[in-house]
Amino acid sequence: MTPQKSDVLIVGGGFMGTASAFFLRQRGHSVTLLERDQVGQYASGVNFGNVRRQGRHLAQLDLANRSWALWKRMPELIGEDLEFLPSGHMRVCYDEAHIADLEAYAAAPEASQLDLEVIAGKALHDRFPFLGPEVKGGSYAPHDGHANPRLAAPAFARAAIRAGARVEERTEVADVQKVGGEFQVTTTDGRLFTAANLLITAGAWGSKLSEQFGEPVPLETHGPQMAVTEPVPYSLPTVIGVYTKIAEEVIYFRQIQRGNIVIGGGYRSRPDMVNRRAHVEPRSIVNQIEQMRRLLPGVVNLNIIRVWSGIESYTPDSLPVISASGKVDGLFYAFGFCGHGFQLGPGVGDVMAELISTGQTRTHIAPFDIQRFADPVPLTGLSSLQTTSKVL
Amino acid sequence: MATARVVIVGAGPAGIRCAETLLAAGIKPILIDENRRDGGQIYRRQPEGFKRDYSALYGSEAGKAKALHQSFDQLRTQIDYRPDTLVWNLTPGQLNCVSNGRHSVIDYDALMLCTGATDRLMPITGWQLAGTYSLGGSQIALKAQSVSIGHSVVFMGSGPLLYLVASQYVKAGANVAAVLDTSPFSKRVAALPKLLARPAVLFEGMKLLARLYRAKVAVHLGIEPMQVLGDEQTGVSGVRFKTGAGRMMQVDCDAVALGYHLRPETQLADLAGCRLQFDEVSGQWLLAVDEEGRTSVSGVYAAGDGAKIRGADAAEQAGRLAANALLQDLQLAVDATAQQAQKQSLASMDTFRVGLCEAFPWPAAQAKALPDEAIICRCEMITAGELRGVVREKGACEVNRAKAFSRVGMGRCQGRYCSQGGAEVIAAEASVPVQEVGRQRGQAPVKPLSMKMQEVIS
Repeated sequence: MTPQKSDVLIVGGGFMGTASAFFLRQRGHSVTLLERDQVGQYASGVNFGNVRRQGRHLAQLDLANRSWALWKRMPELIGEDLEFLPSGHMRVCYDEAHIADLEAYAAAPEASQLDLEVIAGKALHDRFPFLGPEVKGGSYAPHDGHANPRLAAPAFARAAIRAGARVEERTEVADVQKVGGEFQVTTTDGRLFTAANLLITAGAWGSKLSEQFGEPVPLETHGPQMAVTEPVPYSLPTVIGVYTKIAEEVIYFRQIQRGNIVIGGGYRSRPDMVNRRAHVEPRSIVNQIEQMRRLLPGVVNLNIIRVWSGIESYTPDSLPVISASGKVDGLFYAFGFCGHGFQLGPGVGDVMAELISTGQTRTHIAPFDIQRFADPVPLTGLSSLQTTSKVL
Repeated sequence: MATARVVIVGAGPAGIRCAETLLAAGIKPILIDENRRDGGQIYRRQPEGFKRDYSALYGSEAGKAKALHQSFDQLRTQIDYRPDTLVWNLTPGQLNCVSNGRHSVIDYDALMLCTGATDRLMPITGWQLAGTYSLGGSQIALKAQSVSIGHSVVFMGSGPLLYLVASQYVKAGANVAAVLDTSPFSKRVAALPKLLARPAVLFEGMKLLARLYRAKVAVHLGIEPMQVLGDEQTGVSGVRFKTGAGRMMQVDCDAVALGYHLRPETQLADLAGCRLQFDEVSGQWLLAVDEEGRTSVSGVYAAGDGAKIRGADAAEQAGRLAANALLQDLQLAVDATAQQAQKQSLASMDTFRVGLCEAFPWPAAQAKALPDEAIICRCEMITAGELRGVVREKGACEVNRAKAFSRVGMGRCQGRYCSQGGAEVIAAEASVPVQEVGRQRGQAPVKPLSMKMQEVIS
């Protein structure tokens, strides 16, 4: 058996893996990507499609800004349309007290590039007359927007292939080892792939691989709950999401140009990890209908025509793993994006390519280092991490 | 365990006979039906206040219709009957229902899916124009509302329903411009031995044909559909087709009814996790059920056209048989002699089913011949060219992948109308047998769900 050798081997063909493959080719490295199923089939393909910076953990905005600059280069960057529309994003609240939170976020130095504008009361309802009366205030992000998640990872994979990458779908990893200076990856169909660098972008399955190198990550899996209405004339360009601390109130929607309104949020479901499928819980749909009527009363005249879910992974601190291994040279990770990876996709690909290529990156990714899970702390100990990381 | 909560979905021939059998054994089922009245599609009852008699409504099947309706009327007060109720989703042990804008959850220990079938359609250029109906839709218009779908109607497609609906239109006094059948006469002759498994049904079919000839309706066999003519403003103005002899012809009309026999409604079974398998005879995916109606999921049973397209007589027997299977699984006594007779009568109906599939084959080859500009998915208005594009350029050789990239099957009908034709287009473009491109996975809601829905807190 002849081993198939490349500079970098990527395991996992979601948005992070395919974008990394693309940017690694831009830097001239030979790349092979292995995907167990089909490219972009899980979290990357089923998420809401938010290309949103506002509301992110402030420490993530440096990375999100880098990603946004790449989104702005679509479709020329990869030669395919991802239906990206920087049509604005509005983060609204039902509680007057939350307006101060929105203002504090808008005033944070990290958020300066977002050009946020906090609007409340009559001014808000004059500008967004379709919002329900319970909406008290909102933060408008003019540069944020949305795109079609079903298209993103497959398009990046094709762009990477056109640039010379090798993408092997329906190729499942059986064994990963580092022998000497080389990673050796055997697949279930008996092929051997080797490389000096290994990048794990296996989403909900990322920890299965990282723990083989002594770096487990306590991932939990959840199924996002998405629904879509029938098409109606395009009139709601702004993506709108609710900022709240009550889980059932979390709802967000976007209207695509062909007219359908995509809805997400509320409860999450527990995926079936054996058959690798996640269903939408009926109570999520009922809740979404109730919450949407509150946020956008006009929606009452529409029908939900389809719902879907997928498999997303969450870390205890709701931050992803984006780093070099703390234990093994040449090993890198980008997984566990906690339901907010879509906007970051291009940026993460670019950062990983830079990191693998040069050993460092100009983007601030220290909070996402896998070593934060190195000394398992009891769950109560994580609260200190939460408070220092200033989640908003 | 006589207190088992049994829910039957569908009050057609299978559902009613199933309810009747269970009740006789001391189980009081919940019978949920989407329609306002019982009878299902074939024995659809006219709305209250309509006064057409049985013979006018059901023709040769009047006796069976009346018997079924009478059985139901006797059952009605003894079971928990919930008409006008859509089961839009399910999870193990629970059904999500909506009725009159109110949402409720119904628990079940056993589920009998008697969900019936809808028209099986093959796309044709122009079928998105107003005035294009399915055969079943045109029959509902006549049966329920006593109206024709147009002043001058063309029936095009293949299968027994083509002749049944056309002759019902003739009988009702509507103007039938033509009956255009894609299957040639030779297929019928070849299938005759199998069709003779049910000589009485075959004879009724011939009578339908005779009625069409007597009414001087133009009937063309072995045709190739080319186009539904018309424009977006005024709708359908005619149909163009190629005769069996290869001559191009055109018939003027203002409405056209299309259909190639039936496809089962399997969404609920799919959501329940029941296995489906590809049926070579009809070239479509059917529920995997045993001889008595057990699906691959314990406690979930299926009967009638939703399980296997064998028509109303078979549905009545299959409904009884599935009820008996459940009784047996609950360790209750069943009438073994009756069970044996039900199985035997279904055997001849199986042979007849195969005969029908051979006599009126699904026109798979039409998908390959469809021009690129023909619409495949009418909800999302996606063309054959766009669907072929994702197969060719994006490697989407599987139905769900092609749906994700092209939107075919994503719309209001959830693939009911387009996914089988779409699968043929994908298979032809990928040069693989249609079973290899898979089938569209079922997703909730089973039908569009109004956002007016209010939750009933029970």
